[in-house]
Amino acid sequence: MSTPTLDKHSAALDAAENDASHLISVTFRIRRFNPEVAEDASWQDFQLEIDPKERVLDALHKIKWDQDGSLTFRRSCAHGICGSDAMRINGRNRLACKTLIKDINPEKPITVEAIKGLTVLKDLVVDMEPFFQAYRDVMPFLITTGNEPTRERRQSAEDRERFDDTTKCILCAACTTSCPVFWNDGQYFGPAAIVNAHRFIFDSRDEGGEQRLEILNDKDGVWRCRTTFNCTDACPRGIEVTKAIQEVKRALITRRF
Amino acid sequence: MSADSTTAGATAAGASDGVPLYDVDNPAPVIEPPRKRTGKTPKSTRTNFELYGWLFMRLSGIVLVVLVLGHLLIQLMLDGGVSKIGFAFVAGRWASPFWQAWDLCMLWLAMLHGANGLRTVINDYAQRDNTRFWLKMLLYTATVFTVLLGTLVIFTFDPNIR
Repeated sequence: MSTPTLDKHSAALDAAENDASHLISVTFRIRRFNPEVAEDASWQDFQLEIDPKERVLDALHKIKWDQDGSLTFRRSCAHGICGSDAMRINGRNRLACKTLIKDINPEKPITVEAIKGLTVLKDLVVDMEPFFQAYRDVMPFLITTGNEPTRERRQSAEDRERFDDTTKCILCAACTTSCPVFWNDGQYFGPAAIVNAHRFIFDSRDEGGEQRLEILNDKDGVWRCRTTFNCTDACPRGIEVTKAIQEVKRALITRRF
Repeated sequence: MSADSTTAGATAAGASDGVPLYDVDNPAPVIEPPRKRTGKTPKSTRTNFELYGWLFMRLSGIVLVVLVLGHLLIQLMLDGGVSKIGFAFVAGRWASPFWQAWDLCMLWLAMLHGANGLRTVINDYAQRDNTRFWLKMLLYTATVFTVLLGTLVIFTFDPNIR
């Protein structure tokens, strides 16, 4: 159905492609792993001509569609909302759909690998189940007592502002998989779970804060945080993750004393 | 999944003659997910130990700044510096209960602060459960020994020893 449209624009598209002056040559060094072929992961280089204003995700698409169809990665919305395409680009956890090629020095090879600390299933796809297990463990849902009100639950603007930062989480796992404590011991809840607990602990409408604090008081809870700020640096939504973790710690201490 | 990995191991034996090791039916084993609940997973503790540990590190740290810097100042800077330190100097200081208390506080706080710090380092860095356990046992033994020996010396110090 869209064929006429494509035909109409094909001349313009061709012209754009012929005028390759804005394209640059970039090497993508991608960590490949396929358990059906080999036990070990290895680096593979892909050369492509690409506009530096494109995103890393566009480059991955070009590679998958034009060069090697077996390249495997997750992406859904491709606009930084769904949190599917967190990956380690040039050694830092980022969303491929929010990282412009011009921002990460395209003169050198750009390394792309799966996020660390989770089981790699294939190429850039990891098993997110342990991550979501930790998320479920902090009970990320509204807990209340008494009868449900017939209208909405009212909240002042200040009360809403209290946890505004942590509502932005998209569960991409960039923070948790940048945390050195999580790399070494996956039993640690990880920044993302704590952020999502924070979102409810400091919600004035919620009454389950005490239970969540008790869960995070565990030896694998907030006390394992070493405030290395990797999570804050990694968060593609700009959430002050370490600050949220510290606020949970403070809530635990003020609750006790 | 586990059946797959055993067959993968079986094919690995006969892989020298150009037959690929892994294919669609027997993929290579992947690393076990870190937060998987297994029988070995420690139960949640429901104690405030880590909370008190964390708080102790902050409070003892503040006190230690005063104690240790004061100690260093007296030992190394004032009244002729390090050259004045000898048996007589130590004996003279420990004659006063104030310095006894100072040194006792410093000993206990520094040892527990350091031991707790090392405990978290071991927890963070030890890869295997066995290594972790034995490193911590070594740490606790050394800590208890040093603290008890130091305390014993402070309380039973005899300036007339010959």
